[in-house]
Amino acid sequence: MTNSVVDAPPARVPAELTPQRGRWHRVRPFLPLVALVVLAILPYSTISLPGIFEGPVNSPGTLQLLAICLIFGGLAAGYDLLFGRTGMLSFGHALYFAAGVYGTDILVTRAGLPLWQAALLTVVGGTILAALLGAVALRTVGIAFAMVTLAFAQVGAILVARDFGGLTGGEEGLPLDVSGLPAALVGVTNTVNLYWLALAYLALVVFVVHRVSGSPTGRVLAGLRDDERRIGVLGLDPYRYKLVAFTLAGGLASAGGVVYCLIVGGASPHITSSELTLSLLVMVVLGGPGTRWGPVLGGVLYMYLDHRLTAFGTSDAVDSLPAVLSHPLSQPLFVLGTVFILAVYFFPGGLTSLAPRLAHLRRTLRTRR
Amino acid sequence: MGTVILLTLTGLGLAALYFLVASGLSLVFGLADVLNFAHGLFLGVGAYATWWAAGNLPGAGGDGFGFVLAVVFGVAAGTLVAVLVELVLIRPLYSRTIEQVLVTVGLSLAGVALLQATWGADARPFPRPDWTRQVTGILGAQVPNGGLLLIIAAVLVLGALLAFLRWTRYGLVIRAGVENREMVTALGIDVRKAFTLVFAIGGAAAALAGALGGVYFGTVSPGQGSSLLIFAFIVVVIGGMGSVVGSAYAAVVVGLVQQFVNYYGTSGLGDICVVGLLAVVLLLRPQGIAGKVATA
Repeated sequence: MTNSVVDAPPARVPAELTPQRGRWHRVRPFLPLVALVVLAILPYSTISLPGIFEGPVNSPGTLQLLAICLIFGGLAAGYDLLFGRTGMLSFGHALYFAAGVYGTDILVTRAGLPLWQAALLTVVGGTILAALLGAVALRTVGIAFAMVTLAFAQVGAILVARDFGGLTGGEEGLPLDVSGLPAALVGVTNTVNLYWLALAYLALVVFVVHRVSGSPTGRVLAGLRDDERRIGVLGLDPYRYKLVAFTLAGGLASAGGVVYCLIVGGASPHITSSELTLSLLVMVVLGGPGTRWGPVLGGVLYMYLDHRLTAFGTSDAVDSLPAVLSHPLSQPLFVLGTVFILAVYFFPGGLTSLAPRLAHLRRTLRTRR
Repeated sequence: MGTVILLTLTGLGLAALYFLVASGLSLVFGLADVLNFAHGLFLGVGAYATWWAAGNLPGAGGDGFGFVLAVVFGVAAGTLVAVLVELVLIRPLYSRTIEQVLVTVGLSLAGVALLQATWGADARPFPRPDWTRQVTGILGAQVPNGGLLLIIAAVLVLGALLAFLRWTRYGLVIRAGVENREMVTALGIDVRKAFTLVFAIGGAAAALAGALGGVYFGTVSPGQGSSLLIFAFIVVVIGGMGSVVGSAYAAVVVGLVQQFVNYYGTSGLGDICVVGLLAVVLLLRPQGIAGKVATA
């Protein structure tokens, strides 16, 4: 009992469940590129999708929602580097994201630095912060590690909320001073540029995480997830590899914070809360931990549902239901939390595990017939 | 002098609240290896059930015996929810630590949202007997009675828990299970029954914390549990997983540090000191004041 080991997160789908080479296997490697191009030219379309988005796709409101979804897709992918690929259960990832948001905001608004300097300083600072705190937190493992990271993130939340030195604006948050920003990033009509920025961030994170997990370092990380003692026996230092992953994920999160700060136009204290880390965890598990596209998908879908369920909750269809049903349904977190619990029980591999499972089911049905 | 005594007693009141939450968390973690994020939900259920009973349950009310009845109802509701959570959600996932954490995380999100959906996000005034609003003069300090009530309740709970663990058969099973679960199972004792029992005890203590915390703060709100939970986690880690006495010591230390530093330093500095204390304890003595090493 004293040496029981934390189970690794659900591994990838076993080989016998993955489908055989399909018709599309030649095209598959190019699909991410195609998706990237489609997403990049999306703002030029004026299609409206009633029920899915309010207003046409290229309206500023829709583009902002999409940009936020993309940012969280990237954040979830970065968090997956810790949870899904290395098996580290961190409850403090929101801290590095918040450091990115508040760092940019304070350096631009309070210190009056130009954006590129502020962004650079923030990302470097966020990475150093992750390295320092990671160096302490990684002295512990498993659940204790989760608690230490949770406590560190709580310090961040307190620092922001209590507003030491009048930097963070306390409970009210700190609106971004846009006067010193490049003109292309300011104003409602330029939301499309922010959208592209968010898309670029997502692409960067996916690229980095993919490259890291494909590299020898990535294989060591996967080894740490599956059996840490074995990596130690092989003569590799688990501490160092975990610290590298933790620092990298922290740096990526703070970069996401920089972009998020621009999109939302300021910082508010709720992004420092432990709830944000918990929702990152929900995103990764819903999407499929340790897979390339699962966390991205989970992050985008979670943020989309979080925004849209609020509108759905106040719609007539829900209001006409009896109060027992309509009140809980108007709380996005209730719906998402319930879906999350069901996901843990019924599709542990997340959304990405559904496709192979369904394909398997279809094949079985076909051979029966 | 008066200030120091006041700070000590209010700090102990805070410590009592932490202890009530942390003792259950610590037992659950020590025995069943479940890091229970839904513990704050039990607290919320206890607080809201007490609040509801005081207004709606026949015989219960905001004063005198009616209030006792309302608190009993709240504790019963918290216990029931805790037992249901264990039986329905946690039990199928034993020995899968990460999944259990995930389920309790989902439960804490969904449960708090459900409380919010039913009773609104705003804080509600909590019905409390008149005497809890008054203060008692102790050695020149005017101490709020609500805090004293919390301290007395926590001491009683601590005594009852220790007596239960020491002198009953189930207490023996729980102590043995915290020490070495496999061995207890090998001796032919169904540890899972003890898991349910531990969840029930933890749920009851947390619900009591919710009800008395409502008296202490004067209001009840859906998010109350989760903000207390983080400090309760810190208390559990400092005290050592699975140790009730360790939780009590750690709760006193954390409550006093928080209260004194927040008063003599800047507000909020005390909370940060507590986290610093956690980091120091983890680095110097990973098993906490009294408990097993938190490896899993």
